[in-house]
Amino acid sequence: MTLPLLSCLVFAPWAGAVVLTLLRRAGPAAVRGIALAFSLSTLALAAIALGAFEPSRTSMQLVERHSWISALNVHYHLGMDGLSLVLVLLTGIIAPAALLASWRITRGIRLFAALLLLLQGAALGVFLALDFFHWFLFWELSLIPAFFLIKLWGGAGAARAAYQFVIYTIGGSAFMLLGFAALYGATGTLDFVQLAQLAADGLVDQRLAALGGAWPHVVFLGVLLGLAVKVPLFPFHTWLPPAYAEAPTGASMFLTGVLSKMGVYGFLRILWPIFPAPLQAAAPVLLWLALAGVVLGAFAALRQTDLKRMVAYSSLNHLSYCLLALFAVAQAAGSAAPTGEAATAALSGTVLQLFNHGLSAAALFHCVGVLEARSAGRRGLDDFGGVRTAAPVFAGLAGITMFSSLGLPGLNGFVGEFLIFRGVFGLAPWAAALACLGLLVTALFLLTFWQRVFHGPRAGAAAGDFSDLRGVELAPLIPLVVLMGVLGVAPQLLIRLFNPLVTAWAGHPVVP
Amino acid sequence: MSFGPLQLCLLFSSALFCVGLMGALSRSNAILVLLGIELMLNAANINFIAFWRYGPEPSPATGVIFVIFAIAIAAAEAAVGLALVIAIYRHQRNIRLQEADTLKG
Amino acid sequence: MNLPVAQLWLIPALPLLAAGIGALTPRGGRRLAATVAIGALALSFLLSVGALITALADPAAHLVHNFDWFELGSGTLRLGWVLDPLTAFMAVMVTFVGLLIFIFSTGYLRADANFTRFFCFLSLFAAAMLGLVIANSLLLLFICWELVGLASYLLIGFWFHKPAAAAAAKKAFITTRIGDLGLLLGMVWLYDSTGSLLFFDGGAGVLEPAALDALAAQATIGGLAISTAIGLLIFCGAVGKSGQFPLHVWLPDAMEGPTPVSALIHAATMVAAGVFLVARVYPLMIADQPLAHVPVHALTVVAAVGAVTALLGAVIAIGQYDIKRILAFSTVSQLGYMMLALGVGSWVAAIFHLLTHAFFKALLFLAAGSVIDAAHHEQDLRHLGGLRGPMRITFATFAIGTMALAGVPFLFSGFWSKEGILHAAHGWDVSPLPLYAGLVAVVLTAFYMTRLVAEVFHGTARGEGAAHAKESPPTMTIPLLILAGCAIALGFLGTPAWPWLQARLEGRTEIHGHSLLEGGGLMALSILLVALGIGAGWALYGRRTRTRAAAVDPLAARIPRIFSALTDRLWFDELYAATVGRLSDGTARLADLLDRHVWDGTIRFLSGLGLFAGFVNRDADEDVLNGGFDAGSAGLRRGGQAYSRRQTGDAHGYLRVVAISFVVLVMVIMLGGGQ
Repeated sequence: MTLPLLSCLVFAPWAGAVVLTLLRRAGPAAVRGIALAFSLSTLALAAIALGAFEPSRTSMQLVERHSWISALNVHYHLGMDGLSLVLVLLTGIIAPAALLASWRITRGIRLFAALLLLLQGAALGVFLALDFFHWFLFWELSLIPAFFLIKLWGGAGAARAAYQFVIYTIGGSAFMLLGFAALYGATGTLDFVQLAQLAADGLVDQRLAALGGAWPHVVFLGVLLGLAVKVPLFPFHTWLPPAYAEAPTGASMFLTGVLSKMGVYGFLRILWPIFPAPLQAAAPVLLWLALAGVVLGAFAALRQTDLKRMVAYSSLNHLSYCLLALFAVAQAAGSAAPTGEAATAALSGTVLQLFNHGLSAAALFHCVGVLEARSAGRRGLDDFGGVRTAAPVFAGLAGITMFSSLGLPGLNGFVGEFLIFRGVFGLAPWAAALACLGLLVTALFLLTFWQRVFHGPRAGAAAGDFSDLRGVELAPLIPLVVLMGVLGVAPQLLIRLFNPLVTAWAGHPVVP
Repeated sequence: MSFGPLQLCLLFSSALFCVGLMGALSRSNAILVLLGIELMLNAANINFIAFWRYGPEPSPATGVIFVIFAIAIAAAEAAVGLALVIAIYRHQRNIRLQEADTLKG
Repeated sequence: MNLPVAQLWLIPALPLLAAGIGALTPRGGRRLAATVAIGALALSFLLSVGALITALADPAAHLVHNFDWFELGSGTLRLGWVLDPLTAFMAVMVTFVGLLIFIFSTGYLRADANFTRFFCFLSLFAAAMLGLVIANSLLLLFICWELVGLASYLLIGFWFHKPAAAAAAKKAFITTRIGDLGLLLGMVWLYDSTGSLLFFDGGAGVLEPAALDALAAQATIGGLAISTAIGLLIFCGAVGKSGQFPLHVWLPDAMEGPTPVSALIHAATMVAAGVFLVARVYPLMIADQPLAHVPVHALTVVAAVGAVTALLGAVIAIGQYDIKRILAFSTVSQLGYMMLALGVGSWVAAIFHLLTHAFFKALLFLAAGSVIDAAHHEQDLRHLGGLRGPMRITFATFAIGTMALAGVPFLFSGFWSKEGILHAAHGWDVSPLPLYAGLVAVVLTAFYMTRLVAEVFHGTARGEGAAHAKESPPTMTIPLLILAGCAIALGFLGTPAWPWLQARLEGRTEIHGHSLLEGGGLMALSILLVALGIGAGWALYGRRTRTRAAAVDPLAARIPRIFSALTDRLWFDELYAATVGRLSDGTARLADLLDRHVWDGTIRFLSGLGLFAGFVNRDADEDVLNGGFDAGSAGLRRGGQAYSRRQTGDAHGYLRVVAISFVVLVMVIMLGGGQ
């Protein structure tokens, strides 16, 4: 019997959390070390998975499938394709970085690290599970550690933000659960692969229609709502700025770096393959919503004076590009025009953007966290000045991060955005043209951030003692910045993992 | 009003009942109260016998059987009653009924 | 010595390597940083010369080297570089001017604490600019295009502790990015329409006939040919980068950067990249020319923008007091000339002017830098003056640059390149307006340059800095002398009598010379106009020089309102702040309000509804249901309590009750009649 690699991937962080819970006497240094080791396990196991992974195959690989609850036809089903692999790699990078960014936390470090590991395991579960039953368990389980991380280690408004985050997301998930319950009633299976196959044969719509009445719409809208809140899709995003802003730095990094990808992953894994026809029907409206997220998200960021809220809005803006591409492809699917190349580009750009945004947004949050740590928790746009004079290394790394985020060519952000624009332009030219405004305003608010905080004479919290980055503060930032540079020049390192998959998607938009 | 044997028997039993009732109501000694109750029971037994002996159909021994059952029950009751009395005595070192009011609401 | 096209990448790679080394050099390693940067660029220069030799061997050929960047779908995304005379001349110019400016910088920034960082950024810029020049793919060009923008941003904001410099850097980046988004859209449109972004690809490139015919044949919105629409979008990028109207506002502000930066990036090379871009995609821009029934040809727009910019820049330059801003507006105006030349159909004239302008404008900026450095960073011409005596070399070279820019006849390169443009404009049959704009700008250019020279070098010193000015060190004067030599000599490569440069650019090996005085009427007119400009300038500023700093400008005394409008740059910044700026602010405010109140408000309302239902539910539970049960059970409890009082525990009492009840029962039965 071979090693169940994917199960190990999912449960290793949870094992770490259990170990930390049991080690009541361990000192903070030991706790950090153990947590980091378990956190890094994902990267190590993902590297093994990478070795075993064959990019040219577009089906699920390293599959583990065991009957679990036979009465409900529920299977324990894990599998990995290029999309999952990219997101697992991202989790493997962001989770240790988030832990390293939280290195200086002294209050309740054992619980903090355990919660972060729980969160990591839940996210991995979402990316690898292929049966709605435990997929949904992982999906909801991710909320619990996130809630406590925000509430217990967050800023002044943390309690309120944490409640809003959890209630809002659970509210969305409830509709999704309802939708899947009805779907199960209609089809008798919860397995994503089987459902997608049914959908490809046109049976899902047919069986849902057999439920009668408004059920087909209810099911689709329920699942859509659950995912839309999670991504978030404009205008279901209002939980995001307070949650990201109030969370402690490490949690913000993980939330934006990994958790925000779960929603888009859900769109790609569930909504698109299982509900192709309703999605296509809804795509014109959704396209406008995604566009609103791109443009209004950027404009709203321009207006923020809290740096963390600003970065949070930039997350909304960046993820809306992914949705924009996805909806543009969904809208054009099956139309007479030859859209294959554009669809391939758009979908490649989407997956790439997921990864790139994870890197740059996590690094940006870390930078704001460094500012906070040096100024007793201040993070206003006008609380600093001349940081570049005081801390040139920090300024340099933060600058690279920002330019990566605003899509400067040569850094990772550009390739994804270029592919998205190339694809969306081929499918929905007006949307691409309007979305350009988002690119411009993104540059505007990031450079405003940069100018006010880093340039000018030293002022505010940077006027006094403001040391440059040292030791463990550099540890999360340097790998991220190096990756930004490497992927900016050599995106094929990532693209080759999912190119055949995406090509297959674009060729037959209804089969996953 | 003429007094037949039945009437005489009933008068006797009534007197016996009243004596028993008076005893049960007026004595404070629990054993004497029990004795009073026994007297009242026996008065009732006499009534059973009397109505059976001088009734319209004395042939089946219904009255006697009633009485035998009543005596048996009375014996059992006396046993339980005496046991209670002993329990009360153990508890309060006397058997005065006025003081045995722990069950009051 | 020639350089094969496959090795062309070495030209940008060397400065890139130097930038990497510079980034890792600690602040103390000044000599190392400067040596590496200058050495790398010198090597690049030699390689560029080699590339030029290769290109001139067959000027009509576009030698290409394409390669896969990454797989995408079933195909690949390809990049590549191209070697043709346009690339080679540009590369030689960029490396040569860059080299001189690098050397000048070692003197100019000798006292700056961030010397190593400066050379790191300069090398980064050189690498990106050279990459832009050799790119054979619009995508690679765009990548380098953005990177030169980054380098420009970093270098304008080099003295970032000055708020004005930080603001100018941001303004430059954002303004050029507006144009860049047009370029991005044009690029994705081109990619979508042709499936390729390579310029030349053995017949399959976008600048080759097959693709161009297809693009010109299809119509899009408003009846434009697709090639026109794409061309105009690409031109948007050029408008932003080259400081063309209406996106010219960033260039004067960019003068907050160190003067060598202004010379290299904001005069000689980067701002000319827009002109280079249009010249590079010229086949695309002219693809719609054969079409008669289109609303507008791409080149007509280019010509109009160029003419407006040429005039506008020259007009505003008259009213400026800052020596570098005058030169900046002059750059805007000259770039307008180049665009005008592109628009009227002579890209060769545009590139010739680009090359000559690069030398004489770099010369002017460096000479201005020499002045500024000598005068202790005084750059307001009212506080300068009288520098002719103490700074002889600077004065002489500045004068040569001025004459080249003003178009003083025959000896100076600017004269020949500008004649070429005016000649082309004269031959344009669509409209004579660009020619008129160009001719007016000739007068204005000569006028404001004369004013500048007179104010700065003649008269008496009017400030502390100017009074104690000394000639700059040789690291600064030698580059000036070399550039001055070039500003003269370069003209002789493109005179009508021997138009070697034009012929090579057009891919011809033979040279058709004409009479030197061909088109003599136009030439005579422009010479007359130059004389008029210089004469007017001298009459106003040279005969009676300014005596004190606060004295009113002679022109301002005559036309005060117009002059103050010019000093305020015709209020373009204010106009943009009031329109675009306010619109953007308003949208941001709206987005934020929508977020805080509408979207979040809806959610709050919904959750409020939920909470309200919860409260109602709770109240109903607590008051109605629970209350009823509570009241009932309280009654029961009270009843029980009352009743339990009857239970005395007194066995006699119980018996008494039984007896009395018995008696009463018997009485009732008996009185009831015994039935």
